[in-house]
Amino acid sequence: MSNYLKPWRVLCLLAALLPFLITTNVSLAQDAAGGSVAPAAATAEPAKEVAAPTAAEAPTAAPTPAPIATGDLKIALDTMWVMIAGFLVFFMNLGFGCVEAGMCRVKNCVNILSKNFVVFAVSTLGFWVLGFGLMFGHGSPYLGTEGLFLASGEDNSPATMDAYKGAYDALKWTGVPLAAKFFFQLVFAGTAATIVSGAVAERIKYISFIVFSLLISVFIYPVVGHWVWGGGFLQTQGFYDFAGSTQVHSIGGWCALTGVIFLGPRIGKFTADGKANAIPGHSMMAAFIGCLVLWFGWFGFNPGSTMAADPIAIADIALTTNLGAVFATLTATATAWILLGKPDIGMTLNGCLAGLVGVTAGCSVITPVGAAIIGSISGVAVVFAVMFFDKIKIDDPVGATSVHLVNGVFGTLCVGLFASPEVLKAHLIPPEVCKPGLFYGGSEQIVIQLIGIVSTAVYVLVVSAICWVVIKATLGLRVSDEEQFEGLDHGEHGNTAYHGFVVEKV
Amino acid sequence: MKKIEAIIRHFKLEDVKNAVNAKGIQGMTVSEVRGFGRQKGHKEMFRGAEYTVDFLPKVKVELIVNDSQVDSILDAIVGAAKTGNVGDGKIFVTEVVRAVRIRTGESDDAAL
Repeated sequence: MSNYLKPWRVLCLLAALLPFLITTNVSLAQDAAGGSVAPAAATAEPAKEVAAPTAAEAPTAAPTPAPIATGDLKIALDTMWVMIAGFLVFFMNLGFGCVEAGMCRVKNCVNILSKNFVVFAVSTLGFWVLGFGLMFGHGSPYLGTEGLFLASGEDNSPATMDAYKGAYDALKWTGVPLAAKFFFQLVFAGTAATIVSGAVAERIKYISFIVFSLLISVFIYPVVGHWVWGGGFLQTQGFYDFAGSTQVHSIGGWCALTGVIFLGPRIGKFTADGKANAIPGHSMMAAFIGCLVLWFGWFGFNPGSTMAADPIAIADIALTTNLGAVFATLTATATAWILLGKPDIGMTLNGCLAGLVGVTAGCSVITPVGAAIIGSISGVAVVFAVMFFDKIKIDDPVGATSVHLVNGVFGTLCVGLFASPEVLKAHLIPPEVCKPGLFYGGSEQIVIQLIGIVSTAVYVLVVSAICWVVIKATLGLRVSDEEQFEGLDHGEHGNTAYHGFVVEKV
Repeated sequence: MKKIEAIIRHFKLEDVKNAVNAKGIQGMTVSEVRGFGRQKGHKEMFRGAEYTVDFLPKVKVELIVNDSQVDSILDAIVGAAKTGNVGDGKIFVTEVVRAVRIRTGESDDAAL
């Protein structure tokens, strides 16, 4: 425990943080001195926009938030919905914590709880300082370059579309204040970072995981996020990932995969002749609670991604989301029952999450029947994926790669198969945003979905691998074998999760 | 007949089981125990306050074997449970007077 407090380690951390601090100050100074360079284009044509009163009154001034009239019910409702949905997604941190703690051994319980708690704090730091700006700032097709730091670029939200003036024009379609946009996007970034935690559990050094979480929230999630949601090249080509099968789940999944590869399996997971041993988790009660919390949180994750209190879309998306979960729960349970002989609850829980991940990309463009089919396939896929990863010696204690990576990719592909013209019409989604899928006669959407999957995979695999290599070379990745035997609770934290209980350390 | 009681580290249990299985031992009894020897306890923390865990958790393995098997079994356990560090545990051997298999009523060596 105390060896992490050695002065040189603290210095390393400070040195790593220094560039952020310096650049932040510089940018603030520039803002103060130079006024607004960015919105010059926006202010060049003043008074033309009817719904931007501040711009009309003072055409040369920087955009300021549009005043919200007391009676503006739409903005109030939209904001209320976005915030409630954001709070639900925040609550998913409890879900991830419980699922992971439950599926791991009691001797590592404190370590998992601590990681899951701190990861949201760390990803908030990264996403607030730089991530949000890189992701949604106006910029090139590959990266945001305006309003980079502290999510404090020019902005006149909740003005929308043509009336919007500011740095974050990729989010001008939603009529909520900037802080609401930031918070909602933040909880998604936190989710992607949390996914990695379960896959690398029970053997990663605490400090190394924390540093990786910071890197994912600054250099990995926001970059792909700019392509997918921030007006980058995938979004402009018509790539459709409504709530983040690719953006959240596959990014988390790819990072988890590279992490596991560089980290290696837990001691005792694979026998000398290559067979996978089961290492049972210590609390199915915790895993059960966690899974239901995640399912509940997903009703913020998917229906909330409308970022508007749109009655038809919210209700439809809640329906497709739930059907995906339900059918995957059933098919995963059945598949486990047939293949393994018993309805293994670990597979049932993973199945539910797999279905949710599977419908996340397309929940706003598929029919309920489409959701049922996608969910059914996800449930079967996750069982085979768990067995496959065991076979190729990828030790993932909670099945994060099977759930988030496999089904994130599958769900993204499903948009190109199941996007229904009727649902697109009902939800007012124009063809440049998403076209009908292959099963409805459209052949273009599946191509761009594949391009999105491949470009995300390449970028995240390469950058996350670099991050893991750098961490491995500087801080180290694995705890010592002795610490692994003794448990990370004792080695990393000097704590026990259930003091007074007899603790089995096998 | 002899009873072999071995107090070992948790993570060596699997190795010890495999080692004695390879010597033809058909069964064993295992229990979670706590205690201390030369290793003494270790420190834990609760919200910043330190406390000492004096009794460390270990695993106790109990085997009943024929007299002729004792030496080879002891070698097997020592070979499998040893890390070379303080805290590897101890083995005790005692005399056993009777043994009965409940299902069949067989006794002594036939019951093992």
